[in-house]
Amino acid sequence: MKRLMSGNEAIARGAWEAGVLFAAGYPGTPSTEVLERLAGYDEVDAHWSTNEKVAFDEGVGAALGGARTMVTMKHVGLNVAADPFMVFPYAGTNAGFVALVADDPGMYSSQNEQDSRYFAKIAKVPLLEPADAAEAYEMVKTAFELSERFETPLMFRTTTRLAHTRGIVEPGDRVEAPRKPFSRKASQYAIPVYARFRRPELEAKLERLREFAEEFEGNIIEDGDASVGIVSHGIPYQYVKEVMPEASVFKLGMIYPLPAARLREFCARFETVFVVEESEGFIEGELAGMGITNVIGKERFTNIGELSADLVAAGLKGDSVPADFAQELNILPRPPVLCAGCAHRGVFTTLKKLGVLVTGDIGCYTLGCLPPFDAMHTTFCMGASIGNASGFTRAGEKQVVAVIGDSTFLHSGLSSLVSAAYNQVPTTTILLDNGTTGMTGHQEHPGTGHTLKGAPAPAVDYETLIRAVGVQHVEVVDPWDLEATERAITAGLAHDGPAVVIAQRHCNLLPEEKAREKTPYAVVPEDCIVCEDCFMTGCPALVWEDDLPYIRDWECVGCSMCAQLCPVDAIVLTGEV
Amino acid sequence: MAVTNVLIAGVGGQGAILASELLALAAIAAGHDVKQGEFHGVAQRGGAVFSHVRFGDRVYSPMARRGDVDFLLALEKLEALRYAHFVRKGGTIIVNDHTVEPIRVGDTRPYPDDAIESLESRGFDVVAVKATEKAIEIGNHRAANVVLLGTLAGSLDIPDEVWDETFKARIPEKLLSLNQQAFSAGRQIPKR
Repeated sequence: MKRLMSGNEAIARGAWEAGVLFAAGYPGTPSTEVLERLAGYDEVDAHWSTNEKVAFDEGVGAALGGARTMVTMKHVGLNVAADPFMVFPYAGTNAGFVALVADDPGMYSSQNEQDSRYFAKIAKVPLLEPADAAEAYEMVKTAFELSERFETPLMFRTTTRLAHTRGIVEPGDRVEAPRKPFSRKASQYAIPVYARFRRPELEAKLERLREFAEEFEGNIIEDGDASVGIVSHGIPYQYVKEVMPEASVFKLGMIYPLPAARLREFCARFETVFVVEESEGFIEGELAGMGITNVIGKERFTNIGELSADLVAAGLKGDSVPADFAQELNILPRPPVLCAGCAHRGVFTTLKKLGVLVTGDIGCYTLGCLPPFDAMHTTFCMGASIGNASGFTRAGEKQVVAVIGDSTFLHSGLSSLVSAAYNQVPTTTILLDNGTTGMTGHQEHPGTGHTLKGAPAPAVDYETLIRAVGVQHVEVVDPWDLEATERAITAGLAHDGPAVVIAQRHCNLLPEEKAREKTPYAVVPEDCIVCEDCFMTGCPALVWEDDLPYIRDWECVGCSMCAQLCPVDAIVLTGEV
Repeated sequence: MAVTNVLIAGVGGQGAILASELLALAAIAAGHDVKQGEFHGVAQRGGAVFSHVRFGDRVYSPMARRGDVDFLLALEKLEALRYAHFVRKGGTIIVNDHTVEPIRVGDTRPYPDDAIESLESRGFDVVAVKATEKAIEIGNHRAANVVLLGTLAGSLDIPDEVWDETFKARIPEKLLSLNQQAFSAGRQIPKR
């Protein structure tokens, strides 16, 4: 039966049908839904790990232990997991091991653009990339077969567009993949002297993969117009077909290693060949390495941002890209904002007031860098805030605050806090504990008390944990209470050593918070002196109406922060007006 | 059949994605190849959301090219303006005559009050529908997306029984009647 599935759903479905027994990952747009979907299948033991390296390590163990395994992450997650990713191929796998890695060209929800295809080359593992949901569904099954046939971990790469585009998939049944017993051979898995023996074997395996690439049925030559040759893959292939359906196209499904002989033969048929790929010129570079030089690539197809059919048409045919008159009209944007009554608002209102230097981290709270707060001064990657704050302090900055969410803290902030405690760096860390992984869509984590499959789990006790690593000054505060929040942060900054403030308040979008009975606040017009102090939290429920502040009661969650800021008590609970 | 390109745009929470999913499902049931690509930013709420639905014999790109969209279904006026550059010359813009004030971050410009006139002056066939009002009459303002879908259906070659089956398969039982009413209310709005 035909079903409408996103790329992510199709990958999960294909993996399930391929007999996957274990799956692990960490949430990261656009990869998140793959693991969420896998968790919906009873046969799959799927869980969120604390971070991508942990997920990868667990995956390695599971695959060596004989279970078909998938690990999922976004591109920056692969950076975190890069250590095992580079070393595992030396040993090779037992049961099929597929690492799903989702890149984000255009940075829809990322801090960088990264072409992860290069990782496969460095690790010397095969890389498959599908071009739509239907192909993803089939190709992921092939991925498990190849992983087992060549006893290698395999990288399955997608992009935001593939992950979040729906198309027609005709699913089938699951085929169980029985567990394969593990044989204990230290010579395969341990110490440098053995690794030196494994090293040439890795090259030999790569050579066998190169030979296989020549016959791989996912590398397809579509003969067309004999005068135009195009090499493409993945989503860019769809743009090529859209704008030049008549061309001869070599569509690559295996991006590493490439079928050199077939590519040489194909490219020799044309005067020049277009290489249409998104992000960097990875294939173009590989072709150059094969001595194929009659190629036009990145000079026509930008490596910045996401490609589109329009950009591909411009590169292939010189079409002009129609103007976006929305730009010329300068239409009011709808920028991302923290929700009404978001607890992060209390922390950033306070940080702005204190005027301290703030190092940030990855989550909704990154929006603290925008007006009206302007109270986050750096953001780099998961878990960076605490280390960055320590560094600023060591460089001589006083009054440095690190801000990090609960899920991010457990992902990779903890080890930095241990280092700060060990070295007694006098920085203050604010742990924004909203009881969920907010930005990626409310995933469970080790602090929430539940697993991905909904089972109860022990919840991390942050205060005990943080004291145990040697931080002596720890205070828990409700960020809706602005006075208490300011007192706690000020006390942390005054402490002669590392300090942690745990700002604890659940995300308003969690189901139990949404269901909570709320009493909204209202402005008493005759009492208001129009000082605008209430606007300091930037709350979207608070707007101007008839030159006075007005609270949209259907958005107000009753946090009271604006009322606390009002110097004349002109904001009161409705019912008290 | 040539590919039909529909772009559905709105504000987070208005149901732009659900409307595009219903359209995609109906197109599959009518025997077409379909691709539906959606865009949503990092904002949980209040951000601009849009989705391309393309159907026909064979669909490649998940997104239509600029100037190729046959129908823009805008759940909000500002969003109609924002995405109108995708619409082909003479293409149709079905717009909800409804305003959702953007949340401003230090931007004090007023909401443009001439969005519909501005689109008409650019030569688009603009069908303004009071979809939110209609939906409130029927019982829930959130059904505005389906009112507009009904209006769009009048211009598409998808049989009524296919729509009906699609709704029954996709919409939860307790919301089915509301959505069926919204769809038929939109369907009755005359083509121009």
